Amino acid sequence: MIYTLCMALFFIGLYGICCKKNLIKIVLGFIIMDYAVNLFIILIGYRKNGIAPILDKTMDVKKFALSSVDPMPQAMVLTAIVIGLAVTALLVALCVRIYERYGTFDITKIRKLRG
Amino acid sequence: MERCIYLILLPLGGAFIIAALNAVVKSAKLRNIISDILANLVTLAAAGIALASFGIKGSYSVGAWPPPFGINLVADGFSTLMLATVNTIAFCATLYSVNYMDQYTSKRHYYSLFLLMLAGMNGVLLSGDFFNMFVFIEIASISSYALVGFGTEAEELEASFKYMVMGGIASAFMLLAVAMLYSSFGVLNMADIARAIAVSPRATTLKFPLFLFIIAFAIKGAIIPFHAWLPDAHPSAPAPVSAMLSGVLIKTLGIYAMTRIIMNIFAADVTGLAPLGIISIIIGMPLALGQTDIKRLLAYSSISQVGYIVLGLGLGTPLGIFGALFHLINHSIFKSLLFLNSGAVAYRLGTRELNDMGGLNKVMPITGGTSFIASLSIAGIPPFNGFFSKLIIILACVKAGHTGFALWAVAGSILTLSSFMKVQKLAFFGKIAEKHKGIKEAPLLMSVSVVILAVLCIASSFLLLPGLRNITLQPAVDALLAGAEYAKIIK
Amino acid sequence: MTENNSVSGGMSELVKTVCVAVEEFIFVFGCYLVIYGHLSPGGGFAGGVILAAVFILIMLAFGKERILKIMPRKRAAFIESLGALLFLAVAWAELYISGIFFRNFIPSSAAGHFKLMSGGTILIYNIAIALKVMAGLFLVFFVLSITRVILEGDKLKMVKKQ
Repeated sequence: MIYTLCMALFFIGLYGICCKKNLIKIVLGFIIMDYAVNLFIILIGYRKNGIAPILDKTMDVKKFALSSVDPMPQAMVLTAIVIGLAVTALLVALCVRIYERYGTFDITKIRKLRG
Repeated sequence: MERCIYLILLPLGGAFIIAALNAVVKSAKLRNIISDILANLVTLAAAGIALASFGIKGSYSVGAWPPPFGINLVADGFSTLMLATVNTIAFCATLYSVNYMDQYTSKRHYYSLFLLMLAGMNGVLLSGDFFNMFVFIEIASISSYALVGFGTEAEELEASFKYMVMGGIASAFMLLAVAMLYSSFGVLNMADIARAIAVSPRATTLKFPLFLFIIAFAIKGAIIPFHAWLPDAHPSAPAPVSAMLSGVLIKTLGIYAMTRIIMNIFAADVTGLAPLGIISIIIGMPLALGQTDIKRLLAYSSISQVGYIVLGLGLGTPLGIFGALFHLINHSIFKSLLFLNSGAVAYRLGTRELNDMGGLNKVMPITGGTSFIASLSIAGIPPFNGFFSKLIIILACVKAGHTGFALWAVAGSILTLSSFMKVQKLAFFGKIAEKHKGIKEAPLLMSVSVVILAVLCIASSFLLLPGLRNITLQPAVDALLAGAEYAKIIK
Repeated sequence: MTENNSVSGGMSELVKTVCVAVEEFIFVFGCYLVIYGHLSPGGGFAGGVILAAVFILIMLAFGKERILKIMPRKRAAFIESLGALLFLAVAWAELYISGIFFRNFIPSSAAGHFKLMSGGTILIYNIAIALKVMAGLFLVFFVLSITRVILEGDKLKMVKKQ
């Protein structure tokens, strides 16, 4: 059920990229799509009634391994979030520069290059 | 195998040392000179290491963590072949950019981004772990997004934005596919997943990740129908960046990753790629014929030549794969040469329109001569390398029974010949315009780099000789044909 | 309204007072996240983002002139490159010392488990990444906020300041 919602978020992001005319809305669609993929990765690592993957001094290692949520997707998501941040920062910087040159955010008017 | 680590470490270190020069060295001119020298030394060292590493076959566990827990770097025949190609072209491009990038304002940032892109590509070629490959693909892609928009004119920014959005969609698809693979198998190591798939091929749960991977790498590799970013990104980028983009980036991120995943890890049926290749060949060339901007013409012809590579790989036969890999190397060499030449012409003339040029052979003999060699190569005239690789692909088509494909490939070759003869006639032969009479030849280092590439054009046809072939190309073909036995590299 | 009041002049007295009171605590918290990254959630990325937030907070509350006295652009760019070079230098040093890239050459039983030094070189990596992320994020925000939108006639016009 949650996976369906996550996929729905992904397709909302994809819709935003493909069908919106404002540059900023395209960037927002991209952010939502990245967010949906990260959410999907974390959801994969879930274990029912699991504990957070932090090993305490008082905890037994075997019991921890049997009952904790998978920490590997969390490490993946950490990297993926930073990559998404870098791409978003570059996209927004491009939007600012494009506004300086074209004077508009509308992609139907930013068409100096022939298709 | 330890040598291969330097292929990632050196460009990364060089990129950040050049970026740190800002605060250490005060004078701008000295900064530019130091960054020039440093970048060229780094790429020369990388090219040297890559060319000396043919025959390395093995895996290296980073940090001595054994494979399921740790990240592996894996090198086999295919990786070393592509590493040699990538690093040689990168060296020629950095040599070229010493003079060319004087037109732009911040040469230092250009070198940092360029070396980061090189480090990312080397990492993709060496990685043995899915998520590691994703991270390196992202490093290379983000650097190339920034490099495409480097001139910050209006058109370049628009092209960079278009490229970024499409590349971002591809990355999101790829990450989704990696996540699905992780949820099916529990490990991210390529060899372990290859072994697991070979043992129990669960066809249904793997179809969707495979589909996502193919779409993602088709977008990155500019295969039709996802090619829309390429004709805009190439003219806008500075010439050495266009050479790297068209020559090695779309092949590393697109073709290498796709074939590695389809043939070695999923061990799936690859024949679905052949129609895609034919469509690329057919659609690319007529669009190239109608262009008047020289770099857009080269970009469209890139799309069509990548179609040849995909066609050869899609046949699945040893001869087909051999022809495809040979064409991959050849195309890197002569397409980079063509882009660098068009950059030299634009540097001296200030324009990229073919109708404005004419008779440049008289004033720029080196550029004209090397461009002529490259045009003959890409059109497939013997004894240049393009002839041999296209011949092998066409023969492989006929042998595999797809004579229709072979005929379309020959038609594409004829169209390539005509469009490049058009370029040669309009730009280099003919009468020279009055305003261009005083143009000098391209500066020294630019000429040296294009001459190196032209010599490689002729020399790479010698790769067909059995001695060289068994070192360079044959291990790559064997590595791909071995399929899931790729996993045996890691014990 | 002719000028966008965002980053050039700073905000009101209330915001400035609260910022002065709070910024050092946030900085220490960020450093805690970085240094204890191998024992509790956190690490280089998360700690670096919080550290960058301190500088962005000063920039928002006091304006750009003040932050340029504390952390000029050149210094931030240098810290960023320094972080990356520190990371690469330690990784290469591991290759040099123990023959394997990225191996932890500080033995982990020297301090016992769950102590600060038990992670070995992970501590140095966390600090390097935090330096890079802090300087990088701060520079990104700073550069993106240089342009200012002013109203000229009845159209919005973008003006690059400094």
